[in-house]
Amino acid sequence: MKRPSTYGLMAEFEDPEKLVAAAHQARDAGYRRMDAYTPFPVEGLSSALGFRHTRVPMIVLIGGIVGCIGGFFMQYYIAVIDYPLNIGGRPLNSWPAFVVVTFEMTILAAALSAVLGMLALNGLPMPHHPVFNVPRFALASKDRFFLVIESTDPKFDLQGTRDFLKSLGCREVMDVES
Amino acid sequence: MHERLRGTVNSSEQSPVIEPGYTFASVTDQISAIVLRRGTPLGWIVGFTVSFTVVMVLLFAIAYLFTVGVGIWGINIPVAWGFAIINFVWWIGIGHAGTLISAILLLLNQKWRTSINRFAEAMTLFAVACAAMFPLLHLGRPWYFYWLFPYPNTMGIQPQFRSPLVWDVFAVSTYFTVSLLFWFVGLIPDLATLRDRAPRRAGQIIYGILAMGWRGSARHWQRYEVAYLLLAGLATPLVVSVHTVVSFDFAISILPGWHTTIFPPYFVAGAIYSGFAMVLVLAIPLRKFYGLEGFITMRHIVNMAKVMLATGLIVAYGYMMEVFMAWYSGDTFEWAMTKNRMFGPYGPWYWALIVCNILTPQMLWIKKIRERVAAVFVISIVVLTGMWLERYVIVITSLHRDFLPSSWGMYSATVWDWATFIGTIGLFLALLFLFIRFLPMISIAEVRALLTETEGKES
Amino acid sequence: MSINHNRLDLASLRARLGSSRGKEYWRSLEELADTQEFQEFLHREFPKQICEWNDPVGRRRFLKLMGASLALAGLNACSRAPAEAIFPYVRQPEELALGKPLFFATAMELSGVGAGVLVESHEGRPTKIEGNPDHPASLGATDLFAQASVLTLYDPDRAPAVTNIGDIRSWSAFLGAIRSLLQAQRALKGAGVRILTGAVTSPTLGSQLAELLKQMPSARWIQYEPASGDGARAGALLAFGTPVNTIYHFDKADVVLSLDSDFLTCGPASLHYTRDFIARRRLEEGKTEMNRLYVVESTPSNTGSKADHRLPLRPREIGSLARALARHLGVPALSAAEGSVAPEKWIAAVARDLQQHRGSSIVIAGDYQTPEVHALAHAMNHALSNVGKTVTYTDPVEAEPADPVESLRRLVKDMEAGQVDLLVIIGANPVYSAPADLNFAASMSKVGLRVHLSLYYDETSELCHWHIPQAHFLESWSDVRAYDGTISIVQPLIAPLYHGKTAHELLAAFTDQPERTSYEIVRDYWKTQKAGGWGAGQTAVAGTQSKPDSPEFDKFWRKALHDGFVPNTASPQRSVSLRTDWTSESVKRSSGPLPSGELEIVFRPDPTVYDGRFANNGWLQELPKPLTKLTWDNAALVSPATAQRLGLSHEIAWRGGEHGQVLADVVELQFQGRKVLAPVWIAPGHADDCITVHLGYGRKRAGRVGTGAGFSANTIRTSDSLWFGSGLSVTKTGGRYPLACAQYHHNIEGRNLLPSNTLNGYKKDPKFAQQEFPDPLKTPSLYPGFQYKDYAWGMAIDLNSCVGCNACVIACQSENNIPIVGKEQVMRGREMHWLRIDQYHKGEIDNPEVYYQPVLCQHCEHAPCEIVCPVQATTHSAEGLNTMVYNRCVGTRYCSNNCPYKVRRFNFLQFADWETASLKLLTNPEVSVRSRGVMEKCTYCVQRISHAKINAERENRPVRDGEVLTACQAVCPAQAIVFGNINDPDSRVAKLKKEPRNYGLLAELNTRPRTTYLAAVRNPNPELEKT
Repeated sequence: MKRPSTYGLMAEFEDPEKLVAAAHQARDAGYRRMDAYTPFPVEGLSSALGFRHTRVPMIVLIGGIVGCIGGFFMQYYIAVIDYPLNIGGRPLNSWPAFVVVTFEMTILAAALSAVLGMLALNGLPMPHHPVFNVPRFALASKDRFFLVIESTDPKFDLQGTRDFLKSLGCREVMDVES
Repeated sequence: MHERLRGTVNSSEQSPVIEPGYTFASVTDQISAIVLRRGTPLGWIVGFTVSFTVVMVLLFAIAYLFTVGVGIWGINIPVAWGFAIINFVWWIGIGHAGTLISAILLLLNQKWRTSINRFAEAMTLFAVACAAMFPLLHLGRPWYFYWLFPYPNTMGIQPQFRSPLVWDVFAVSTYFTVSLLFWFVGLIPDLATLRDRAPRRAGQIIYGILAMGWRGSARHWQRYEVAYLLLAGLATPLVVSVHTVVSFDFAISILPGWHTTIFPPYFVAGAIYSGFAMVLVLAIPLRKFYGLEGFITMRHIVNMAKVMLATGLIVAYGYMMEVFMAWYSGDTFEWAMTKNRMFGPYGPWYWALIVCNILTPQMLWIKKIRERVAAVFVISIVVLTGMWLERYVIVITSLHRDFLPSSWGMYSATVWDWATFIGTIGLFLALLFLFIRFLPMISIAEVRALLTETEGKES
Repeated sequence: MSINHNRLDLASLRARLGSSRGKEYWRSLEELADTQEFQEFLHREFPKQICEWNDPVGRRRFLKLMGASLALAGLNACSRAPAEAIFPYVRQPEELALGKPLFFATAMELSGVGAGVLVESHEGRPTKIEGNPDHPASLGATDLFAQASVLTLYDPDRAPAVTNIGDIRSWSAFLGAIRSLLQAQRALKGAGVRILTGAVTSPTLGSQLAELLKQMPSARWIQYEPASGDGARAGALLAFGTPVNTIYHFDKADVVLSLDSDFLTCGPASLHYTRDFIARRRLEEGKTEMNRLYVVESTPSNTGSKADHRLPLRPREIGSLARALARHLGVPALSAAEGSVAPEKWIAAVARDLQQHRGSSIVIAGDYQTPEVHALAHAMNHALSNVGKTVTYTDPVEAEPADPVESLRRLVKDMEAGQVDLLVIIGANPVYSAPADLNFAASMSKVGLRVHLSLYYDETSELCHWHIPQAHFLESWSDVRAYDGTISIVQPLIAPLYHGKTAHELLAAFTDQPERTSYEIVRDYWKTQKAGGWGAGQTAVAGTQSKPDSPEFDKFWRKALHDGFVPNTASPQRSVSLRTDWTSESVKRSSGPLPSGELEIVFRPDPTVYDGRFANNGWLQELPKPLTKLTWDNAALVSPATAQRLGLSHEIAWRGGEHGQVLADVVELQFQGRKVLAPVWIAPGHADDCITVHLGYGRKRAGRVGTGAGFSANTIRTSDSLWFGSGLSVTKTGGRYPLACAQYHHNIEGRNLLPSNTLNGYKKDPKFAQQEFPDPLKTPSLYPGFQYKDYAWGMAIDLNSCVGCNACVIACQSENNIPIVGKEQVMRGREMHWLRIDQYHKGEIDNPEVYYQPVLCQHCEHAPCEIVCPVQATTHSAEGLNTMVYNRCVGTRYCSNNCPYKVRRFNFLQFADWETASLKLLTNPEVSVRSRGVMEKCTYCVQRISHAKINAERENRPVRDGEVLTACQAVCPAQAIVFGNINDPDSRVAKLKKEPRNYGLLAELNTRPRTTYLAAVRNPNPELEKT
């Protein structure tokens, strides 16, 4: 049987500071295609890994605007165009009364786009991912912190990278089968 | 390990938001253990059985309601709204604390929210679910409830967007959806934790599906935090808007006692008031039963008591303004209504609510009482009662004697009114029992983060 | 705490009212809201729970029973065309189009006397009664009994078949059963035959009876009317020596004195009288003249509530007041009887006022007063030379005027003596309604063969061998006289639903013509009348052999049926002269004043179920009775002072409250050794030291609606004190009884809902009613508002005209398929009337002024109900109607909460009856029947508006003013309600809305009501004005 190819190498750390430091060194060493896995958001980690700002806020803004305009237009269309009715002698376009629903629609659309946008960008739901092949990775949702350098990284070299990771003071380095 | 945690609390002010001596591991283990531990505690079984029985009562009451009609309730002309609306407003009010705690306190960067926000949010969801039942049940023809939503239909007719009831539909459903999202997003990392800890296959699969393959990637955490923060930002105005809209149900009308501009602010305050009361009523026994004093410390209880006191004062101000304006406006009907509210047939209700909502909470000024868990618990229950009475007084006394003395009447609830009301309380508790049994009632990930920020990271 | 702790403290109440400056609208009896005791009651958190009153007419049970029992009725109810030719239906007139109702003229008889009506018929189903504008006793209006009669027609409880001791038999079987007996009786000249009927004015029936008595000279005919007094007849006999029928001309009267007469709502002429009387009170187009009404009465009545000066006196004292007044007016040869109990000042002032209006005044005595009072009234009218001007006399309208009680006594005596072999009871229900002391039921059992003809299988039927179902007047051929003698021919609208027989057919069977139908009988009678002038009905005898129709008879017949009355049949005036010696007789009749404190009892027919014949009519049972606003029950009415003296009281119950349930003390009334239990009702304005009980309740076999409701006053009513008597004793049982009261709170709370003024005040400030909003439709608003281009429907209601007779409420119920809900639901405040008559009291508690205010949907242009409806189920039409879309309604009830007039009604349960077959025939096909969970309310009779518009468009012209009559407007005898297009400046309604008295109810809420009111004005005598 043929040996499975490697997704990358995984280094396990015992506390966040070590991980962040390691991330910095790895980046200085020229590694780019890497990711860290932690049981909770660790400050400075993403910058250490060199991630830029996310597009989530933009998505939320667009969602909000769409909800706002859509919400008001729906009411305007129903009350003025679709079926104009004299309700208690009020004007057909009683815009002050339409504010509430407009507002609610804005919030609803924005909130939905925030969550869905976040999930989409994260590529979730994702039933399986190579890192789960590492038994000890289960601790990533408890009290262990992992740094993974992926094999697709140009500078990746199984032996060299393993040595490099070892040098970062991690508990141990494991192969991640893909 | 619990023994170690249970240090006697001398002063709440210095007491930390989480007791010393916790590690990432211990936090994870203790909280997830509640869910994953083999066997179910007897207390849970008893509690759930009781509340589930009450749910059956609710179902029976609803079945009878649908077969016979809303005539089984005490409502009449002039008092066409009764328990249904009272309970709706009451539950919605309770449903405010959760999102408020998670969202507003998050924005205000209040660390102490961490260990209570999860079940506060759950509580919110269940309260809103209970609330949302009533507008549907109280319809004369409930099977047409969907006519309140806009959708393309052959009748070519749509909802009437000047009506506060339609605003309600949108506000409440939006609120429920956003709260649900907020709650679920918060749950994802913990679901991952449970997935990785679940002893049995079934658990692993279910939690695995719910966790959606979360693996705590730094990139994910970054987007996650942004999204969570934005949700909080969105939920904050929403939570304020919801009870404002609910208050419009009354304020928009022309009825003396309803037609009041002060309603929105003091309804919101009242909502938070009752919401925190409910959180306390739930948190206090929970921390005892599951030995969570380490997470839900005196600090939490005292802070929530303070919030209660503050909102209680706003509500008191609302009452005073209402009476003052009724007199100052010189409006015959307003003033007559106010006098009738105080000294009319329903006077006892009014004074009871004053005692429950205004006088009793003043005891919280006293530090000793604030720090006495039992006292806070009792006061919270009194406040909950008071807030229910408030809605009763607002709905009934305004309706039963309005403009034309010829059509004055009285209202008294029937056994079916009570069955439905108590039934929803049962439903609320049943859902809550299921929640604490199958989901982490405290956000593990957030507590871990909290540990790094406070003292607690010893490895 | 004991019950006594939350009682009305009338003493303190009176004291406070006394101290209060001038007249203020006072809280009705729960004014005690201010008394210590009531406070206590209110502040008890949980008042004593009322024992669950199991309702005899619970809606559920009502439906269950009906569903099953009605298959039969349903089958034969499929309107079979009548066998005989009624005009014009069978001849298929060209104007007959499906879906388009036809109207037929006929007449409804009540206590013998008739009033013309037009009946709306949909495909052969009579569904609605309207007045006959050409008929003198109707003038287009009807009373509430006529309105409700269609419900009785379709009543599933009507007797369905001929029965013999409970077993169903055929009509021929009955004929066979009586044949031999009749032959035997003929030999005896009918010595053993007794015919008991109600009052009879029908010429045909009269002639049939005459015929019968000719065949059997020794037979006797007894007339007994439980609800009509004999005072008028006996009084005329006393005054003139001959029975006459007195007719009053209120259109010529400036001053009217009523001696216990409720002429506005009671009696066969009330519609006509109301029209004339109110015409003299209209303040329109700058008119500032009004007639003045003095009323002396014991029981508060509608007439009393319109009085400018009302004096509550015990019935007996009214006699002495009449005598005192007569002396003032110089009635000759009056024995100097005892002094009157009434204030001399009052009598003097009234006398002066009457004197100043000689020839233009009326003194009218009530049907239930003594012959002496009637004689005195006649004498006074003579003294005031009103006779021939405002008062005229004619022959009696009855075929055979008789003293009802006397003849009934004789019948009972005969029966006791076993001299009666055959008793035929036609229409009447003596076992229930006969005075208790006669023991009618017991003595009746001595009769060999008892035959009963009636609509229902009632208390009397139970004790009769044979029961024959009677045909309803809408199923019958007959004829009847109106109060002025005008004859109407009664034609059927539908074939008898239950194979009922008419009185004519039954009598024919006893005169050996069993096969003759009432059609032939009536027609043949009129053929014989052709020779002699139309007037002399009762003398001629119906020809037995049918003559061939002559064309001119056909012409006459068609015209009579078409018009609804036979022209020129009104009885001619006759002049009578006052006997000189009557007063001497009257003295012995008269009796001194009662020692105060001795209780007198007053019997009156019930305002809604009359003498009990309408007990099974749900509409009438649920109709709030004027002044008490009670439904489904009668009560012992007592004045506040007397209630205080006897320690009697009632309080509102927690459930339903002011608008629903009242818990009343139960008392035992003991009168001449007989007892009955009755709930107490405190009636402000009732005479002190006397108690009024209404007849018509406590029926044992009325049907599923009426059985068991209320208590039977007949059980303590005796033949020597039919209408009142002294020696009543009242004992409190300590029990309480829940009464269903539609409006308990008559205090206007100082709110500006019902501005009123005196005539002088009106002259000074005609705009007194209009506050800051002279035109309710032009209140300030931020909104541009909608334009109502062609039609803008509106209504104006003149509160000065409304007499609170309730006819409009029933008319609305009948026109709009409004369901009844039963006592239990009324006690929860869920009755469904779209139109209600609010009633407020003003002045002191013992004798308040009463104001009526009919409230229906105000059709606000800024309708508060519409903006809060989430599903657009209630919206505004292009003509300004506030329309209710039942199909769209989901039943949030928000609209009702936001309606300041509380005119919206909600189907809390399935109130409309969908099961009962016969009641389906009743519904107006142009108004949808509402289902459970739907809101409903007044539509301004939109179906009638559409009719008018369709007609107008066909003739392509605008709808004319007065072309649309709403149901309430059409029946109003006072013409208080006016409806029309307010865009048309010449329309009556537009003119009324320009009147200075015009004001909008709660206009300050900026609702812009299309319905407005014209404020009430009273015309008190300056001499008697309180200072």
